[in-house]
Amino acid sequence: MLEKVMALEFTPFLLSFKLAFITTLILFCISLFLAWSLAQSRSRFKPVFEAITALPIVLPPSVLGFYILYALSFHSPVGRFFQDVLGIKLVFNFTGLVVASCFYSLPFMVQPLQSGFEALPKNMLEASYIAGKSKIETLFLVALPNIKPALMSAIIITFAHTVGEFGVVLMVGGSIPGETKVASVAIYEMVEIMDYTSAHIYSGIMVFISFVVLLCVYIFNRQESHRLGGVV
Amino acid sequence: MIEIEVKKELLGSLGKMDLDVNLTIEAQSFVALSGQSGSGKTTLLRILAGLEEAKGRIVVDDEVWLDGFKALPPQKRGIGFVFQDYALFPNMSILDNLLFVRQDKALAKELLSMSELLELAYRKPATLSGGQKQRVSLCRAMMNRPKLLLMDEPLSALDPFMRNKLQQEILSLHKTFGTTTIMVSHDPSEMYRLSSRVVLLSQGKVVQDGDVKSVLLRTQGSQKFSFEGELLDIIKVDVIYIAIVAIGQQIVEVVLDASEALDLQVGDRVNIGTKAFAPILQKWEKK
Repeated sequence: MLEKVMALEFTPFLLSFKLAFITTLILFCISLFLAWSLAQSRSRFKPVFEAITALPIVLPPSVLGFYILYALSFHSPVGRFFQDVLGIKLVFNFTGLVVASCFYSLPFMVQPLQSGFEALPKNMLEASYIAGKSKIETLFLVALPNIKPALMSAIIITFAHTVGEFGVVLMVGGSIPGETKVASVAIYEMVEIMDYTSAHIYSGIMVFISFVVLLCVYIFNRQESHRLGGVV
Repeated sequence: MIEIEVKKELLGSLGKMDLDVNLTIEAQSFVALSGQSGSGKTTLLRILAGLEEAKGRIVVDDEVWLDGFKALPPQKRGIGFVFQDYALFPNMSILDNLLFVRQDKALAKELLSMSELLELAYRKPATLSGGQKQRVSLCRAMMNRPKLLLMDEPLSALDPFMRNKLQQEILSLHKTFGTTTIMVSHDPSEMYRLSSRVVLLSQGKVVQDGDVKSVLLRTQGSQKFSFEGELLDIIKVDVIYIAIVAIGQQIVEVVLDASEALDLQVGDRVNIGTKAFAPILQKWEKK
């Protein structure tokens, strides 16, 4: 058993975490502004944007994966532009995985942030405007520091969700060892070739890490809500 | 000097109504804005702050804040605003809440010591009492030495003792900084103590505007005193009727004859006044 563990390849895990880290970072930067504008918006079209943002939650990963694969491939103008003009190939490599993951995990970053922003007392933001601060200054100095639990949830859930990705990753990335073969795909293949011991070890590690991550989020949120006296 | 001429359609509790207010306010005066809830007081205040859109014209000391629909954003108005629920920033210390408005440590410390808050300067707002929070909010509003200070029922969430103490502080800040102040209030004693002018709004229009006494005193003609109240009950006792009336926080009994009682219904707003004798004023508790 021990030999089996020692002999296991851990590259898929490293790949999963690298993918999750980069995706979370990119999504945080994009979603911060998206969530802030959605929370502030009084536009008639707000539900349209909200629905589009939430789509990846309800769509089967295969549908999402198919469209992303098509969009990034040489058959679509986007894919052709990247390949011809910028010289970047976007399918069956790590870059493509990052792009696909960003679409797939978008709602998990946007939604907690948006509801965090929306739960802030309106007066608090107005007090900041009256103090002469612009909307962007208010976002970074007042809004963001006061939604720490939501922020924490958004980051951790996005990270965890990207680690747990399977369908989209398989479709867009294939299963190229060291490039696109992430942990979830590796487990699938182990089961397929009936290497149950390896599948058990991999799956066990996934369960353990996921549990610890979620536990940390809940402990942090509990402490934070005590510290702020239930303000947020 | 502040010239206000604003129009806005509001969705009140009684359906649509038009806020239509024309006012000129002297510099350094203290104006109380009163009226029933839903009369448009808070909206007017928010329009003055630039937090709400409206049509019209607002000119403050030759500076145009609103011209038609074109409004100067709240960031550029340099006003102070005190919210009913304090609206402090929970992530910052008391001192940082003040410095957020302007990096002027000397002024921040001066304001905090005026309000006896200097010792709490490094505490977070969550650890303060309601009265202390509102004093911080008041200090914060004064940080950019505003030409115009707007207060939306600043003391209504506080107990009477704290209210009294803060009224003194508001008054001394108003005098020290020479700020033109507009305060939304429901409390006649507060308006009497603080303001020089009371503007009464009803259904979006100014219905009374004058010095405190002319607006707030309820006596008419030769009446010695008069109170507004709500009729709670009418009880028949032999040939007379006794009306139970709530006046503010107090309940009083008034004797009626049958003809008077017939005309009244429980829930009516009534005036209780007397002409025949001089009311006696006795102290029952020292201030």
